[in-house]
Amino acid sequence: MSVETPDGNPIIELRGLRKAFGNHRVLRGLDLRVPAGKTLTILGGSGSGKSVCLKHMIGLLKPESGRVLVLGEDITDHTEHQLVPVRTRVSMVFQSAALFDSLTVYENVAYPLREHRDWKESRIAERVRECLEAVGLAGGERLMPAELSGGMRKRVGVARGIALEPRVILYDEPTTGLDPANQRRIGELIGSLQERLQVTSVVVTHELELCFSVSDRVALLKDGRIAVEGTAAEMKVSEHPAVRSFLAGAQDSAEAGSGEASEGGRYGS
Amino acid sequence: MNSDLTVDRISGRVAGLGELVLDLLDRCGAFAILAGHTVRAAARPRFPVLETLRQMEAIGTRSVTIVLLTAVFTGMVMALQTGIALARFGAKPYVGAVVGLSLVRELAPVLTALMVAGRVGAGITAEIGAMAVTEQIDAIRSMGADPVQKLVLPRVVATTLTLPLLTILAVILGLFGGLLIATTQFGISANFYLQTIFTNVTVADFLSGIAKTFFFGWSIATLGCFFGLQTTGGTVGVGRATTQAVVLASITVLISDFFLTKLMFIL
Repeated sequence: MSVETPDGNPIIELRGLRKAFGNHRVLRGLDLRVPAGKTLTILGGSGSGKSVCLKHMIGLLKPESGRVLVLGEDITDHTEHQLVPVRTRVSMVFQSAALFDSLTVYENVAYPLREHRDWKESRIAERVRECLEAVGLAGGERLMPAELSGGMRKRVGVARGIALEPRVILYDEPTTGLDPANQRRIGELIGSLQERLQVTSVVVTHELELCFSVSDRVALLKDGRIAVEGTAAEMKVSEHPAVRSFLAGAQDSAEAGSGEASEGGRYGS
Repeated sequence: MNSDLTVDRISGRVAGLGELVLDLLDRCGAFAILAGHTVRAAARPRFPVLETLRQMEAIGTRSVTIVLLTAVFTGMVMALQTGIALARFGAKPYVGAVVGLSLVRELAPVLTALMVAGRVGAGITAEIGAMAVTEQIDAIRSMGADPVQKLVLPRVVATTLTLPLLTILAVILGLFGGLLIATTQFGISANFYLQTIFTNVTVADFLSGIAKTFFFGWSIATLGCFFGLQTTGGTVGVGRATTQAVVLASITVLISDFFLTKLMFIL
């Protein structure tokens, strides 16, 4: 099966994951297998627990029950210290990019290198340059995060994410809050990194355009579980009610958005 | 019917109180874990020396002006008050001894700590809290680094070491403030003022005051970091966490001061 690595296991596997925040049950027995070398998108409405699901894959959150297997290792009960080797091979690109405000772009990208590589400054500089080139921001080393636009911040976030040459990259809402041109750019970037670096990517989003432009496989998260999973092509034509209602809902909200705009226009006139 | 309602209301109150106690215990536990984690992080290789020095500089420069003003005026008002009070017993010349003792043992350590709690403690919570709500703390963890070693340890060590230095500065400035009043208002010579201080204030007095400030510094910074790391709820959350941290740090300084002083007398 294409969902498995040569040694027969998916690169990340979530088994029966349950997670609640207070009385709010977010994940209710979620099962998911991430195929190696592919891009899997977790699709779902806002507040459906997509990001929560993603954060379990790198140990930022611990499940109440269920198991998390990453690169063949059960990390469910790992301490922060035991998680370090996993976190050098799986990197996460955060929704807000989460750049360190007090550090330059250069220092942000160099951060994981200084932490885990015993390299000379010249070699770090070279790797930082490579990473910034890969995201189309060559020469931006000296800028501070506050000087960057939203799209540039996300790309620096990606550059920091690939610095250690990870095997898996987790993207949390990579296009949220960006204009359409930047959204397309991030989509293309995810695709090109996937091809060039042969990584496995997991993308969490509620945006259909991004989802269908980058994904090999798509999993729809609903009510704390994966409701449907399949290839991007299968999902587009799926008759499954959850998929239909999500696709229709997403279109509705797009139409509702334009409807509101025209309504606003009417009030204005 | 009516009694049922009363029972419901009472049980609701009891449950609410229970939740409050559990939440408090939960927080105390989390604080103890953070404190322990900081000690372990200090023992690990690659101690963040540079960042600690940077923090010491930031804390020191941030607080000097406020400590200066507080100390000078406290020294002045102490001299004024004790001068008038001592005059009733004909002991006015001993203003220096009283000002010196109270500054060294109590006023300089506690007032400096309160100022630092407001200035530095708030700064620490706001900075770390802002990092928490913008996922920067998660980002540090996701890269396999330890936020406690990177952020908490340097701030705690820097504040613990800087507060005693600021207190020494406050003592000197406070004595100077007292000197101003003693010479101009009460006609005491500077020489005599200083002489009464040196003969009446012992090294033990001085050390008992300074020793407390290590604990004050540690608790201000650890509380600041603790509330910062626990911040949720966006910018509003940062404001709330900052207020809580400053209030709790100030109360901790005042309450622990009593017990530490008591402890000093036993030792």
